Amino acid sequence: MSDKDHMNDEEQLPNAPRRRFLIHAVAGGIGLAAIAATGPARATPATMRAAMKNVVGEASLRKGKVTLDLPPLIENGNTVPLTVSVDSPMTAADHVKAIHVFNEKNPQPNVVSIRLGPRAGKASVATRIRLADSQKIIAVAEMSDGSFWSDEVEVVVTLAACLEGSVP
Amino acid sequence: MTRALINVPAKAKRGEVIEIKTLISHPMEPGYRADNTGVLMPRDIITDFICKYNDEEIFRAELFPAIAANPFFLFSTIATESGTITFEWTGDNGFSAAESVTITVE
Repeated sequence: MSDKDHMNDEEQLPNAPRRRFLIHAVAGGIGLAAIAATGPARATPATMRAAMKNVVGEASLRKGKVTLDLPPLIENGNTVPLTVSVDSPMTAADHVKAIHVFNEKNPQPNVVSIRLGPRAGKASVATRIRLADSQKIIAVAEMSDGSFWSDEVEVVVTLAACLEGSVP
Repeated sequence: MTRALINVPAKAKRGEVIEIKTLISHPMEPGYRADNTGVLMPRDIITDFICKYNDEEIFRAELFPAIAANPFFLFSTIATESGTITFEWTGDNGFSAAESVTITVE
């Protein structure tokens, strides 16, 4: 479904979601992120941290080694190219075991979890994701020695993936 | 019918790192959107993608609703020997699809 269709859907819905849409639009316009985050079923920085804790556990999460590549300004949140590269020799003794991507404001904090190993040759993966709002994206790499490394990117989304009015 | 596009070089030198691109047609309905009548559309996504090289797993992804429609993955592997690279997607409502390509390693 295109975003244009989505806007048409909006008009046929009862008032509440429309109002929410307007509030959201205004809030986005004047940068009141707190109000914008009151939509239904949104991940929050807290739920993102909880999801990350599920992966990282008690290990420390350090910044570095990981490069998360996303366009800083996203015109269409329905399909956003994302590349994660990790600085690793990818040998049997020292390689990336897993790459996890998390977000702050989609309905769920998880985006994708990838498992790879020394057979990959290089630690670089790409996919396409959805983003419901301007937010912070975090990529976490799990190394074979048990350490965790991360990188984060703030992105601005001008046209969000279809979410508004999702609960009538 | 599900369509999958796979891009793997047909030939590679032994030890070379090759790029693999996969794209499969699937709506990836996230389960948070309403249809025209305001009824929430149930989640229908691909949840798992696995790539095996001569039956050895080389790449696996767990997908969430935040993956865009028609899931695309680009990753790499070392061309070790001639053989078959297989791709499997599974998901909600019993979704299952598989593709395979052959590679010649010299």
